[in-house]
Amino acid sequence: MSNDTIVSIVIAGVGGQGILLASDITALAALNAGFDVKTNEVHGMAQRGGSVIGQIRYGKKVYSPLVKKGTAQVLAGLERIEILRYAEYLAKDGLAVVNSQMIIPVTVSMGVSKYPADAKQLLESTFPRLVYFDAGVEAAKLGNIKAANVVLLGAISNGIGLPLEAWTGAITKRVPQKFLDLNIKAFMAGRNYK
Amino acid sequence: MELLSGNEAISRGAYEAGVTLAAGYPGTPSTEILEDIVKYKDAIYAEWSPNEKVAFEVASAAAMSGARSLVTMKHVGLNVAADPLMTLAYIGVKGGMVVVVADDPGMHSSQNEQDSRHYARFAKVPMLEPSDSQEAKDFMLKAYELSEQFGTPVILRTETRISHSRSLVNLGNRRLANKVDFIKDQSQFVMVPMWARGRRVQLEGRLKKMQENACQSDLNRMEMNDTSFGIITSGVTYQYVKEVWPNASILKLGFVYPFPDELIRQFASKVKTILVVEQLDNFIEEHVKSLGIACQGKNYIPNIGELSPSVLSDVKAKMESTSTAQVPFKNIAEQLPGRPPVLCAGCPHRGIFHALKNHDVVVAGDIGCYSLGTFKPLSQLDIILCMGGGISMAHGIQKASNAKKVVGVIGDSTFFHSGITGLVDIVYNKGTSTIIVLDNRITGMTGHQENPGSGLTLMGESTHAISIADIGRACGVKRIFEINPYDQKHTQQIIAQEIAVDEPSLIISKAACVLHVKKPVSPQRYIDQDTCKNCRQCLKLGCPAIEAGEGKPHVNPYTCMGCTLCQQVCKFDSIHEIK
Ligand SMILES: Cc1ncc(C[n+]2csc(CCOP(=O)(O)OP(=O)(O)O)c2C)c(N)n1
Ligand code: SF4
Ligand code: SF4
Repeated sequence: MSNDTIVSIVIAGVGGQGILLASDITALAALNAGFDVKTNEVHGMAQRGGSVIGQIRYGKKVYSPLVKKGTAQVLAGLERIEILRYAEYLAKDGLAVVNSQMIIPVTVSMGVSKYPADAKQLLESTFPRLVYFDAGVEAAKLGNIKAANVVLLGAISNGIGLPLEAWTGAITKRVPQKFLDLNIKAFMAGRNYK
Repeated sequence: MELLSGNEAISRGAYEAGVTLAAGYPGTPSTEILEDIVKYKDAIYAEWSPNEKVAFEVASAAAMSGARSLVTMKHVGLNVAADPLMTLAYIGVKGGMVVVVADDPGMHSSQNEQDSRHYARFAKVPMLEPSDSQEAKDFMLKAYELSEQFGTPVILRTETRISHSRSLVNLGNRRLANKVDFIKDQSQFVMVPMWARGRRVQLEGRLKKMQENACQSDLNRMEMNDTSFGIITSGVTYQYVKEVWPNASILKLGFVYPFPDELIRQFASKVKTILVVEQLDNFIEEHVKSLGIACQGKNYIPNIGELSPSVLSDVKAKMESTSTAQVPFKNIAEQLPGRPPVLCAGCPHRGIFHALKNHDVVVAGDIGCYSLGTFKPLSQLDIILCMGGGISMAHGIQKASNAKKVVGVIGDSTFFHSGITGLVDIVYNKGTSTIIVLDNRITGMTGHQENPGSGLTLMGESTHAISIADIGRACGVKRIFEINPYDQKHTQQIIAQEIAVDEPSLIISKAACVLHVKKPVSPQRYIDQDTCKNCRQCLKLGCPAIEAGEGKPHVNPYTCMGCTLCQQVCKFDSIHEIK
């Protein structure tokens, strides 16, 4: 990585899905690796089930906490279709990582809009570098579906060059001791998705 | 070094500055400052006041007594506290006082996009504006020094992208707290005309001295680079400018009011052209022009919505007449279903909006989670203006239109904030509106802060929970009912009955916010797919746990909170408890 390279990550999801923790762990991992870091997360109204994003940037010296469109190395989605609202953030060779979990918006249940039937195909035709899988199933296999976000972080980590110890250190600092083993395993499970 | 949000850094700055009293009222994006400051509760007394005006007055008097005090609020909160601000500027302070006001360009979570910088000029008090978390902390310390040096309250303006962005901060130690002793001095502290006239003159003198100080202050700095192009900027916008115009010379203002005129002139003499890059209004640009200095500004920079590196890159392309950069991937939002915020599954507010659907009345609403009752499929609120307005506007519509019945809907925190005076008005002036207080026992929208009805203080101590019904009685409301919004039959009956009477009534819908208590109301429900007739009646509740595509609706067992509303509205008895 050259001296003035900044790495940007955008994580999209639905309010209440736990974006804050995901972006916090990512930021901490970058910090552990010796970088300057800035993040921004949405608080407030959108947290009531609306569409939300978190942004993380790291490098030798970071100015803006906001990611410029077309520059994110990784664009990740905690829900199946959410990243499609933010596709323009992704850089040309960027990696898209998506948890296939579906959260049906009320607008669909009410019949005023439709949830794309072919979401996977839509994602595949939009993003040449796509990792798409059910992080919830992976987490459930390990015994706790709540670790799905950390599984996804494992897959995200493949898109940026931070060393493994930086991640495990960040997870150790952020999750309660009794869930540490589970979360480390969850992270490693996610890293298998490339 | 710690990774802190701007709000955590402001809290830390207050701690290090030796603050001993902090008051505020929640409001995005300012709320987390006081939530964080509680961790210093051995050193700092902190409270959620009922509203911003009260918080401001509490902090003002603490500072007049010699303490260092802090008051926090969102931008519209300063409108509520503007009255004490304007006159405190005359009185001044003994101990340092910082007013933190958080703007929300882009209206991520606000009803307007006002630019609070105007308050600094309006009240003639200094304003500082940090550009990241480190500055947020450092500027707090500077703000207290300035406040005591000039005997004035100081406004520290933050905004969404400062408050909710995290960056690295060097921590320092706490300074020794001031000795506090209220020393009587009527000519300073009693603002009757005779004394206020004198203070008014002093205020202008102080402003002049502060302006000289601003020119010397290290809060403002010039970063000289390519001198053919200079940019004047402040706050988080500075960070965007650094990335979009890496070669430009920059005058970065941290001390944004009073304006450092000499410094601006110096900068202007060193660069060939000037662009003022500022968020929202042309506050700096207008002043630069008033000094006779030519500059560009809002002719290129949008004054609506928030700035970002993307927006400024487009501006740059336009200025250089190059084409704007194409992004490799396009959003396909048009093909996606909308995902607006909604009331949570099991939210106690839902039952009231559902019951109101039976009535053809105008419903005046207010600000809080229950504002979400405006949208389909509930579609119940017809007017929302500002906090407290739900009650007084119901009265206004009723009086002007001679409508027999108008309903006003307001949350518990909002009722204590500024709803009570509206209720007094209705009784005093013989109104007939039906007022419904959605008492979920907490301040929900801003992330669950205690309020005077919760029975708990910000510091975590239990306290008297003020009864809304008692307040109604004291105001002289004769018809007062407490209802459980999960009991639809009773709720519908009371609402229908009260809409029919020709006098004011107060209905208190009492049930705790489910997201706050994090406990289901009762066991989860399911929809029996065999007996369900797909009439879709349950979908009219707008509960996010009831999901439906083409086929019959079903309940998501992970998100259902067992509020039973869907079971109560199902005409075919197809919704049951999961056993
Ligand atoms: C003057 C002012 N101060 C603060 C806010 C921020 N704010 C929006 S809603 C809300 C509180 C709502 O709480 P409550 O009335 O209890 O309703 P709930 O969200 O719990 O349903 C606050 C503080 C505001 N919009 N205006
Ligand atoms: S946070 Fe509480 S009050 Fe707000 S929508 Fe959710 S349940 Fe309702
Ligand atoms: S019981 Fe019905 S209305 Fe209530 S939360 Fe569950 S699905 Fe929603």
